[in-house]
Amino acid sequence: MVNYGVGNVGSLGNVLDYLGLSFVLSADPVELARCDHLILPGVGAFAPAMERLDQSELTTFLRVWAASGQPLLGICLGMQLLLSDSEEGGHHTGLDLIGGQVKKIRGAPRDVHMGWNQVVPLGPDKLIPEQGYGYFVHSYHCVLDDPQAIVASTVYGASIAAVIRQGNLLGIQFHPEKSQTYGLDILMRFARGEF
Amino acid sequence: MLTKRIIPCLDVKDGQVVKGVNFVDLVQEGDPVELGARYSDMGADELVFLDISASLEARKHVMELARRVSRQVFIPFTVGGGIREIEDIEGVLAAGADKIAVNTAALRRPELLTEGADRFGSQCIVLAIDVRRIGDHWEVYSHGGTRATGRDAVTWAREAVERGVGEILLTSIDSDGTQAGVDLAITRQVSEVVSVPVIASGGMGKLHHFKDALEDGRADATLAASVFHRAIFTIDEVKTYLHREGIPVRLTGTA
Repeated sequence: MVNYGVGNVGSLGNVLDYLGLSFVLSADPVELARCDHLILPGVGAFAPAMERLDQSELTTFLRVWAASGQPLLGICLGMQLLLSDSEEGGHHTGLDLIGGQVKKIRGAPRDVHMGWNQVVPLGPDKLIPEQGYGYFVHSYHCVLDDPQAIVASTVYGASIAAVIRQGNLLGIQFHPEKSQTYGLDILMRFARGEF
Repeated sequence: MLTKRIIPCLDVKDGQVVKGVNFVDLVQEGDPVELGARYSDMGADELVFLDISASLEARKHVMELARRVSRQVFIPFTVGGGIREIEDIEGVLAAGADKIAVNTAALRRPELLTEGADRFGSQCIVLAIDVRRIGDHWEVYSHGGTRATGRDAVTWAREAVERGVGEILLTSIDSDGTQAGVDLAITRQVSEVVSVPVIASGGMGKLHHFKDALEDGRADATLAASVFHRAIFTIDEVKTYLHREGIPVRLTGTA
């Protein structure tokens, strides 16, 4: 788990513990490089999070990791950071590992998409084999250059990418660590390499 | 489709649930973590733990509570009660709570809301507003509903959202405990003026009260205590009813 001081990583760690998965929470590229699977968590705004990654050696490390073909899972803001850029708080460049923009949710009842919403797989996928409910909390969403990279979607005002995948790179917009059995099963499959 | 949330509220004192909770025929006293886990299994969408401990000393228990809940319950939960300073918010969130609810302290010093939202994000700052109807408007009360503040509920809700609050937990003191349904008029007014979700609370007694709060009151979620604790309804019964009435809910298939 990449620890770059953004958001509450405790909940995710608690779930990994509960699932009996061994993990390290680290900001050190050397230590992170020894892992099999990487999770990029994140809560909050895009720009300060990206700044934190840039200030450490983590931006470079994540790009090298992604190019190596090893699995990387971004959760919530962590998923959004994988994209090219974001319009949150101006225009900001992301990790640019998956082509696309992070845009404000428009045309929905509230500015923030908060609560449980149906996650619907768009085709057969090992990580998301069935539909279920995920707990979402976000005001911006991922718009991908390649719509084929959207594995599962949800609806809030318009269709919103719930899970994305491009090769070894995965992103989940909702919080699997807060989505009860449905979310825990997803994390388990990721950790076991069943995706 | 985004579902409407059903949230049980547990009152906690010195780290223990105050009122007994009746799960069908089995009354369980005590451990909030066990009860929270039980509600989660039964389909609760979130949990709220309200700490009503009088002493500062007892507050340590609430941190321990948050720590234990976050290790065993994997749905979002809020901790409220006794949050006074930014350090209290930090402590409870660091212990594992997803959100904190603040009431009196925000009335005393509204900047707390701005500071909390700036530092930890709007999504984890819930403002609890207790209101009482005075003629044609609603007045905000502090100190557990005992002190009038002179503030207008709608104005306060609007200011709080401008300050960065991510959610509003609205309780009508008049209807609380009556089991006659929430005050629909103020629920609807607040829901319509703010851009953040509103949780309606106070007065759930019949199944249609949940529907009324969500439909006529335009609320995003409902919070209830005694109807669940006394097993007047299970969460599943409420959700099955709402589903039949055409209101989107998360059906987990557990009874």
